Amino acid sequence: MIEVNKLCKSYGKQGKINALNGISFTVDEGEIFGVIGPVGAGKSSLFRIMASLLLPDSGTAIMNGHDAAKDYRKVRQIIGYMPERFSLYQDLSVEENLTFFATLFNTSIEENYHLIKDIYQQIEPFKKRRAGALSGGMKQKLALSCALIHKPEILILDEPTTGVDPVSRKEFWDMLGRLKEQGIIILVSTAYMDEASRCDRIALMREGEFIATDTPRGIIENYREILWSVEGTRMSALLTALRGYPEVKTSFAFGDKHHITVDESFQPDALRHFLADKGFHDVRVELAEPTVEDCFMAM
Amino acid sequence: MKQFIAFANKEFYHIIRDNRTLLVILGMPVVQILLFGFAINMEVEDIRVAVYDPTPDAFTTGIAERIRQNPYFTYLGNVHSMNEMEESMRKGELELAVVFQQNFQENAVHPGDAAVQLLSNSSDPNRGSIAVTYATAIITGYQQEQLGIGRIPFQIRTENRMIYNPLMKSSYMFVPGIMGLVLMIICTIMTSVSIVREKERGTMEVLLASPLKQGPMVFAKTIPYMFISIINLIIILLLSYFVLEVPVNGSLLLLLLISVIYILLTLSYGLTVSTLVDKQINAVIVSAITAMLPVLMLSGMIFPVDSMPRVLQALSTVVPARWFIAAVRKVMIEGQGFIMVWKEVLVMTGMTFFLLGITIMNTKKRLE
Repeated sequence: MIEVNKLCKSYGKQGKINALNGISFTVDEGEIFGVIGPVGAGKSSLFRIMASLLLPDSGTAIMNGHDAAKDYRKVRQIIGYMPERFSLYQDLSVEENLTFFATLFNTSIEENYHLIKDIYQQIEPFKKRRAGALSGGMKQKLALSCALIHKPEILILDEPTTGVDPVSRKEFWDMLGRLKEQGIIILVSTAYMDEASRCDRIALMREGEFIATDTPRGIIENYREILWSVEGTRMSALLTALRGYPEVKTSFAFGDKHHITVDESFQPDALRHFLADKGFHDVRVELAEPTVEDCFMAM
Repeated sequence: MKQFIAFANKEFYHIIRDNRTLLVILGMPVVQILLFGFAINMEVEDIRVAVYDPTPDAFTTGIAERIRQNPYFTYLGNVHSMNEMEESMRKGELELAVVFQQNFQENAVHPGDAAVQLLSNSSDPNRGSIAVTYATAIITGYQQEQLGIGRIPFQIRTENRMIYNPLMKSSYMFVPGIMGLVLMIICTIMTSVSIVREKERGTMEVLLASPLKQGPMVFAKTIPYMFISIINLIIILLLSYFVLEVPVNGSLLLLLLISVIYILLTLSYGLTVSTLVDKQINAVIVSAITAMLPVLMLSGMIFPVDSMPRVLQALSTVVPARWFIAAVRKVMIEGQGFIMVWKEVLVMTGMTFFLLGITIMNTKKRLE
């Protein structure tokens, strides 16, 4: 179990940059906890403190009973940490990297092979290849194998899917699901809102604070806005036009559509006429199901 | 222990797979030894010499004969006019001309003062001046010999200089210096860069998050460099012994002991540098400025410590290579025993412990 209590961390000479602003949360056994937020929200600082790599200014992070600041040696034995940047030895082969990390944690590939089997089997055909010559997806699989080889109780993954292709991303989350079943606590951060639904619980993070912590469903159920999607041609001009419509409260690009939140008096036909007058024909205006991203934007 | 070996092993892979670096590390001592030993030596051989002797007599033929027999000269014969001599020199056939005064012996006997002119081809100034020095020595030698067999005193106007075998002398000077330089570069720069590289590439973050302690980690990193340094030491000693023919006059065991202490010292310095910087380029700059430059300038490798200004002499006492080079010269060349080098050994050992202390104090357990 992870118990984080009022963590604060600031950088800069007079502590000008607040990376973490009093974060508290708990994660239970067999749970995937996602920290979701844009770049610079403080996700990496939080994870580094929990991985005993940084000291917090105040507050505590207790990892399965061990304080990450005071008891760092013990914490380092029970966690598997995968930093944001690919941090394996590029000039060592796949197998050598894995053997090295296994030895570092006083274990061997054979001993914990069952744990990494699903993941490692996919890169095993390339085990003689240097890690630097692997594709992005394969690198992530190797990094995950290395973080898992010592059978950690807690897995800390800092933006593991950034820069990885969609297929590999999906596979990666499938693997995390299987690891969860083995009782490993998984802490994962991402900037991709669409990955939120793969977590058991998520925290939305912005400017060093958790602005909401709940299950993905809970977060969405708390959404109080009326959401419509608008689709058409000349999307960028369309966004400007939408912002000029009085009943539209917010509007932002969402994939290949725009999402708008509106007042209760909103009539879609009125908007269609308004847009047609401005020269936007074939515009589809439909009610939309809110997603985690919409929730994040509304906060 | 298994972790320690795995770590040292991994470090070996890094070195072996970086072909260019490996080539530099192992090639550097060979190139430097050969460069200083041959290309930049004072050795001058096969000096092509001719004699112009307008009025041959016993003295002039005696001197000419000695030059002819000297192994450093290749005697081309006599020339019969100054014009012939000048043309030969212009063509590059002739490097040194010995031009006797007319009636050389008469002048030597009666006013007691004879002159001989040594004309050298100065297109290679170093070679030319050495050739003049050799010839002067031969002439002076002849003169002294004549005085020795009881002739009336006379003098031959040439400069008198002492002569050693310049090749041997420059090698004697340079071999300890090169050992000091090469070991400093490999141990200090390579070690500090290899640790800082882990910080720069982010692998340090993963290592810190593992149970491996920081102490064993940095020491494991020095093992491969220590190993390579010892290989280099052996290469340097073999090259200087067999190629440059520099003998090891003192105890080989003592020489190796001094070298191993120096290797430990430079490794410690590399570790110290690595705890102070975060970028590979800074590691190189700091190592080069604080380690390599003083070795070149202040260690006595090139400029003798004794002839430095007082301030620089004082400054040179903190340069590790100064003590190493002094000790190696004493043992290798002068053939002294431990009694004469205990001070150097003590200073180097002290420096090693001092630097290790700083390293242990500065080693971080976290990222900042």
